Amino acid sequence: MMPLVLKAYTATSCLGRGIAPMTVALRNGTGGLTKCEFESIDLETYVGEIQGVDAEQLPAAYQSFNCRNNRLAQLAIKQDDFEQTVKASISRFGPRFGLILGTSTSGILETELAYRSCSPVTGLLPEKFNYQGSHSPFSVAAFLRTWLTIRGPVSVISTACSSGAKVFASAQRMIEAGVIDAALVGGVDSLCLTTLYGFHSLQLLAPRPCRPFATNREGISIGEGAAFALLERPDAGTRSDNIALLGVGESNDAYHISSPHPDGLGARLSIEAALKTAAIDPWEIDYINLHGTATITNDQSESRAVAAVFGRSTPCSSTKGATGHALGAAGAIEAVICAIALKDGFIPGGINTNPVDPALEVQYLRATQFTKPSRILSNSFGFGGTNCSLVFGRLA
Amino acid sequence: MSLISYINGVSFIGPGIRDWRTAEHIFSGLNPYIPGATELPAPMSLPAPERRRAGRAIKLAISLGMEASAQAALDPKTVLTVFSSSGGDGENCDAICRTLASDRQLSPTRFHHSVHNVPAGYWSIATGAMVASSTLCAHDASFAAGLLEAMTQVTTSAAPVLLIAYDTPYPPPLNDKRPIRHVLGIALALDKLPGPRSIAKITAQLGDSPVDRLDNSILDDLRSGAPAGGGLSLLVRLARRHWGSVHLEYFDKTTLTVSVNSC
Repeated sequence: MMPLVLKAYTATSCLGRGIAPMTVALRNGTGGLTKCEFESIDLETYVGEIQGVDAEQLPAAYQSFNCRNNRLAQLAIKQDDFEQTVKASISRFGPRFGLILGTSTSGILETELAYRSCSPVTGLLPEKFNYQGSHSPFSVAAFLRTWLTIRGPVSVISTACSSGAKVFASAQRMIEAGVIDAALVGGVDSLCLTTLYGFHSLQLLAPRPCRPFATNREGISIGEGAAFALLERPDAGTRSDNIALLGVGESNDAYHISSPHPDGLGARLSIEAALKTAAIDPWEIDYINLHGTATITNDQSESRAVAAVFGRSTPCSSTKGATGHALGAAGAIEAVICAIALKDGFIPGGINTNPVDPALEVQYLRATQFTKPSRILSNSFGFGGTNCSLVFGRLA
Repeated sequence: MSLISYINGVSFIGPGIRDWRTAEHIFSGLNPYIPGATELPAPMSLPAPERRRAGRAIKLAISLGMEASAQAALDPKTVLTVFSSSGGDGENCDAICRTLASDRQLSPTRFHHSVHNVPAGYWSIATGAMVASSTLCAHDASFAAGLLEAMTQVTTSAAPVLLIAYDTPYPPPLNDKRPIRHVLGIALALDKLPGPRSIAKITAQLGDSPVDRLDNSILDDLRSGAPAGGGLSLLVRLARRHWGSVHLEYFDKTTLTVSVNSC
C-alpha cells in the first residue's frame, strides 16, 4: 500500500498535555492513573482523568459544541503547535484535505446529566441540552470541521476501542484512491458514566491501577484522551526519515459481541494483514504496542495471536498501565506513542505488571529499553469483535 | 477526483416497505405507497441467544445486508462492509441513560449493545465474515459519508463492498432533541467492474449543487425522516431507470453529486 507521512502529531492523556510529558513518562516508566473521583461516580476504581478539561473554553461562536469531549479535543489540538501546522496544511490542500476522527462515547456525558434534569411535568430534557453538539457521535468532527474550516470529506468512525486506529486506515484509503492528499485523523474519548458503570456491570473494572499481561491482572482502568496526526501523501520533498504509516490491517472476530475469540483468530488476521500491506515479515517488527487492556480474556487472546505470528522473539508491551484505556481514543494515543518511540529511539515498557503471566507466551517488556526500533506494530481491538493493526516506521 | 462503482444489489426497508422489490414498484410509480410500520423479520442467521437480544438496529442492518448481497450473488462471509448510522440503537441508548439517572444498575447486555458497531458485530457473527468492516457516522450526512467510504474501498481493494445505512428513532425524551421519524435503511452492493448483476454505474464527487428533494412529498418524507434516507433520490432513479445526477446531503453547502448511468 501507499505509505503516508505523519507530518505532525500530538496526544493529551492523563500523562499530560502534548508530546513532552508523555515522552518523559514513557521513558521513566511512570503513569497517570488516579483513584476515581470523577463526577458522582461511586465505584472503587482508578481512572486516567485529565486535569483542567472543564476549564477549557470553546470560542463564543462554538458554544453549541460545548461538552467535555469537544473541550478535550480543542485542548489537545492546541499542544505542540499542532493547530498551526494543521491549518497550514488545510490552506495548502483546500477541498483535498479530509477529517476522519474516532470516538466511542462522544459527548454522551451531557445526555447522562440531562436525564437527571428532565422536567417533572413534561418529561422533556432541559432546553439548553444540545444533542447535535455533544451526544451525536459525529459532534467532535462537526466541531473541528467548522473550527478549522475543513472543506473535504469528513466522517467519524465509531467501532468501540478500535476507532482511533481505524481512522488511519480510512484516511490511507482516501489518499491512495486519490480523493484527498492529506487528512487530519485522531481519536477523542472522555470519561462518562456509561463506560464506567458499563464495564463495572461486566465485572471488567479493576479496583487498582490496571496490570496488563500480569498474572494477577483484574480488568481495565478507564482513561480519557485525545490524539491527532496529520497524514500526507509523500511527495518529492518528503524526507526519508519522516515517521510514516506503513501498513494497516483490519478484521472481525465473527465470534462474540463482547468477548474476543479465545485463540485470537481475528486479531491474528488483522496483524497479518498489516504486515502484508507493509510488505514486511514478522521479524522486521522491533516492538509491538499491544491492545493489552488487562482483562483476563483480552490479554490471553491477544497473546495467542501475537505468539502465533511472532513467537517469543519480538518485544511487546501495553502502555495502558500508564494511560488507562481511553477506548475510542486509545488507537490514536498509541499511534502517537509509536511515533514517539521511533523518533526518540526507545521501546516503552509496560508499567504495573509484576510478574508477567507465564501462560502468556510472548516477550513482554516491563522496563523501557533504550534501543532504536525501526518498525512498530500497534494493535487495537474492540467490542463487536472489531480488530485493527497498524505498522509505523520510516519511509526509506 | 471522482470515484466509480457498479451497483450489483440494492435493499430498501422502511415504513410499509419490506424489501427492494416493493420499494422499486412504489418508487417507479407502478404501485401506490401505503405507509405502515417497518417490518423487521427475526434474523434467523444469528444463533438463538444473539437473536433474542437483537434490537431494531441489528435486525434492520442484517436484513438490508442479506437482501443486497443476495441480489449481487455475493457470499456475505467474504464481503467487505461499511455500516453507516447517525446514532445507532436509539432505544438502547435511552434505556442506559434512564438507568444512569436512577439506580445505575446497568445490565451487561445494555452496555455491550451501546457501541455504535453492534450491528456490524452481529453481522459478522451471523455471516461468519472475518474480513474488514467499518462503522461510521456523519449526523445528517451519514448516508453520503458511508457511500464515499464504500466507493473508496471499492477503488482501493478492487473487491465488492457492501454499504449498509440504517437509522432507528430515539424514544422520548431524546426524540425531541434528535427527531428521527423512521426505522429505515438502504443497502448497496458495489463493485469495481460491471458484471451480469450490474444495475447501474455510479460516479461520485463532492460539489456544491443543492440537495435534491423528491417531487412526491410522501417519498420526500422518507428521504428526510432518517439520515439513512439521504440516499433515496439515488434509489428513485434506480427504480425508474431514470439516468442522471443526484445531489445527496453532505455538509452545509457541500453535497455529494452522484451520477447514475446504465452500464
